Amino acid sequence: MSSTSQPSSRAGAFVMALYLAFLILPIYWLVNMSLKTNFEINTTVSLWPNEITFEHYIKIFTDSSWYSGYINSLTYVALNTIISITLALPAAYAFSRYSFVGEKHLFFWLLSNRMAPPAVFALPFFNLYSAIGLFDTPWAVALAHCLFNVPLAVWILEGFMSGVPREIDETAAIDGYSFPRFFIKIFMPLIASGIGVAAFFCFMFSWVELLLARTLTATNAKPIAVTMTRTVSAAGMDWGLLAAAGVLTIIPGALVIWFVRNYIAKGFALGRV
Amino acid sequence: MDKPVNNRAWLLVAPVFLIVAFSAILPIMTVVNYSVQDTFGNNQFFWNGLGWFQELLDPSTELGGRFLDALWRNLLFSAIILAIEVPLGILVALSMPREGWKVAATLVIMALPLLIPWNVVGTIWQVFARADIGLAGWAINALGIDYNYTGDPLAAWITIVVMDVWHWTSLVALLCYAGLKSIPDAYYQAARIDGASRWAIFTTIQLPKMKRVLLIAVLLRFMDSFMIYTEPFVLTGGGPGNATTFLSIDLVKIALGQFDLGKAAAMSLVYNLIVLALCWVFYTVMTNAGTERRHEENPA
Repeated sequence: MSSTSQPSSRAGAFVMALYLAFLILPIYWLVNMSLKTNFEINTTVSLWPNEITFEHYIKIFTDSSWYSGYINSLTYVALNTIISITLALPAAYAFSRYSFVGEKHLFFWLLSNRMAPPAVFALPFFNLYSAIGLFDTPWAVALAHCLFNVPLAVWILEGFMSGVPREIDETAAIDGYSFPRFFIKIFMPLIASGIGVAAFFCFMFSWVELLLARTLTATNAKPIAVTMTRTVSAAGMDWGLLAAAGVLTIIPGALVIWFVRNYIAKGFALGRV
Repeated sequence: MDKPVNNRAWLLVAPVFLIVAFSAILPIMTVVNYSVQDTFGNNQFFWNGLGWFQELLDPSTELGGRFLDALWRNLLFSAIILAIEVPLGILVALSMPREGWKVAATLVIMALPLLIPWNVVGTIWQVFARADIGLAGWAINALGIDYNYTGDPLAAWITIVVMDVWHWTSLVALLCYAGLKSIPDAYYQAARIDGASRWAIFTTIQLPKMKRVLLIAVLLRFMDSFMIYTEPFVLTGGGPGNATTFLSIDLVKIALGQFDLGKAAAMSLVYNLIVLALCWVFYTVMTNAGTERRHEENPA
């Protein structure tokens, strides 16, 4: 949109500034708090730490009950992302290129699992994964998150694949490419950004999920999100530590945000925008 | 634009089908199983027929009243956040900078809350809104307003609503912005030649073009707010009392807190059926939107 089309009004800039300030203020407070001593947090409300301390971060990186939470989370998130994308790629291709018996029903059913409340599944998952001996392992959480991440990946990838003209498939077939070779050598590079976006959203939704991760783990595979909630109730008021742990969980998202900034709407809308 | 019929495509879909069946159908069957049985513990179950469902759907019983309360609370919450987030999202999308580095910078800041883990969103608002240590809580109390979200139900509601607005308005705004970007410049030039007012441009050009993405945004926000769990769980734990106990929180309390398997299972199924019905509406909109989009891009 060029600047001639619409005068960017002063009111618009004002609204935007106000909105961005509203977004940043709570995050600023979290960071601020993570750098204060607990004594300062509990005694004064100060806009800036009087004495910057990294004690909370040091504790997280040296205390295994904290840093193992991050490792556990990253383990099941990575497993889940790999499983989801690997399975979703061929399925999304089938949905975008062919009609087949039950296609529409299956596509809807996938979506319904993305939308299902995890609370409904907490108890049966607990029974299921206890029964097959996976309880309290990263695999339990990784597989449980497939419930919504596989459908998510299929929908997002289908959205991107449908943007690739079908003539490319036909040309490759005429040129003598076998299907697997065509898929890996030609097709996947064409939808590389789609794969990136789908992987990012699988990562994100697995990273942010708390209920299933909490239900399916006890001690060995306890994720960071759970470590955080349990510390609040048990140790009372270690706010500085809690804030520091929060800051550290924001970092993975913040690191890749620049690369996905133009695809965020598309990812959340399951590839339909 | 018709896709060729090929049932061998099932081979490509089969792995996805199997894993989702494993993680969806199997558990749902367990739930169905529990929902028609009762237990006195020791893994001894006996047939209870539709007893739990009758109790659940009858508001005069303890369970039925509790379910209706949670449902009502959840619908009210969804209505409130939609009423705030949709207009605000449109306003923000219309206020987006037009070009240059500002666009990228704004997009990055707007996307930030969307990518924060949900439990950390709860934590952020906890430390931000607490009267004793939080900036917002402290400031509001300093203005002479008595504000304490852990004790006062109204304050708890306002805090959760503001938290949700903070968390998700950017999604509505980003979707609307995607719709706005697809409007060709020529439309605006024509409007200027006709001397159209700002409001006329909005109602006749921008709003119709945003209709589709707006519908997606409303449905997404509705469905996600209907199964909200983590943020209020961390912030208020459903309290004070039951003031912010939404459907998912209540369900988890019954299922994993009290281990009332039959009640929880019946509630799960009814809850899931409501979501499924909503999901059908969503699916219809999404797939129609898909075909419309393809027609717009290559009108053949």
